[in-house]
Amino acid sequence: MSTRPRALELGVIGCHTCGLVCAAPSPANQAARCPRCGEVLHARRSDGVSRAWALLLAAMVFYIPANMLPVMYTDMLGHGSNSTICTGIIEFWKAGSYGIALVIFIASVAVPCAKFLILGMQLITARRHPRWARRERARLYRLVEIVGYWSMLDVLVVAIVAGLVKFKALADIEPRLGILFFGGVVILTMLAAMQFDPRLIWDGNET
Amino acid sequence: MKVFPNLVVCEHCDAVYRRPMLAPGESVRCEVCAASFHRAGRLNVDRWLALTVAATVVYVIANVCPLIRISFKGLHNEATLWQSVAALAHGSAALIAVPAALTVIVIPLLHMLLLGWVLLHARRGRRAPGFHIAMKLLVVLRPWSMLEVALIGILVSVIKLAGFLYVTPGVGLWAISVLTVLFTLIAGPDIRHLWDSTESAVRS
Repeated sequence: MSTRPRALELGVIGCHTCGLVCAAPSPANQAARCPRCGEVLHARRSDGVSRAWALLLAAMVFYIPANMLPVMYTDMLGHGSNSTICTGIIEFWKAGSYGIALVIFIASVAVPCAKFLILGMQLITARRHPRWARRERARLYRLVEIVGYWSMLDVLVVAIVAGLVKFKALADIEPRLGILFFGGVVILTMLAAMQFDPRLIWDGNET
Repeated sequence: MKVFPNLVVCEHCDAVYRRPMLAPGESVRCEVCAASFHRAGRLNVDRWLALTVAATVVYVIANVCPLIRISFKGLHNEATLWQSVAALAHGSAALIAVPAALTVIVIPLLHMLLLGWVLLHARRGRRAPGFHIAMKLLVVLRPWSMLEVALIGILVSVIKLAGFLYVTPGVGLWAISVLTVLFTLIAGPDIRHLWDSTESAVRS
């Protein structure tokens, strides 16, 4: 473990907006603003954990209708059919487009599920401050921030095919309610990840 | 309030470092959490601004020209980015059109305009009118731009439709490919260095 000093111990705060290092207010619970950019300085956003829990649980609830309800309705020459996210992936797989099936599976199933697990684990460990695998947990959190928004892929695919296939009685594609819930999952998990303060991973029994 | 301009703090783990002198393109890798932070941009302000202007021009093309053309039983159709987003605004899922429009149309445009405004003044070492609010917005908006997801979405749609329709890529698809590259270049650098580089203008 590195013995590098931390801002909290030195009584300074790095401004999240402009990066300026400022003296922490005393007493510590007093509100202070960055003298350069005017942003509120937070030594830690500790209420972020509760907010992140609320957003994460809401996202998990949304994930159920997102998968159960159809995301798209396709009408081809009078034959209408609803498709869910799973049937969309299976269709690509059966048609032999394994690569595309894999891309959609990763964006729509693997990434959201990984986010639930990783964020849940971060939020549980944030309260206890174990020294276990800190570097790895920090890496996982950064991974969630980097790949999180790729789940929006399915929403945009539905938008594009629904925008294109508009041939009245011959062929028509329309969005369905499932896609709204799915978009909700993406936005809620992104907000949950933003509420979590990664500095909490490194707090508690330093040595 | 006391400030310490000679220090930098790792935003991921709170470790404190003496401010290093960085060559363009260099960054500090935190020895505690292994995240890279305090990145020095590869671009100087002039090049950064030039690329931002180029990105804005390409953005207009990407939004005006159709992304894909399709033919089906003698009928033709094409859709732009905006028409695609508008197609979501029907039926029970209509609300999803709002975040879709924000993430692929509104926020990328706002990002380019704010960045262009700030850089235009930063060329002369000055802070633009509204510098504070523009810089804050640029930090907040960054994670919500999803142009690269839109690009992959278009390509997936092409393959999805090619099974039963005749599909040809439109000018908009090429434009959005170029835009994705340009946007990654201009939105990538750490915007916070502009606070430091324009500091002298405020003091004098």
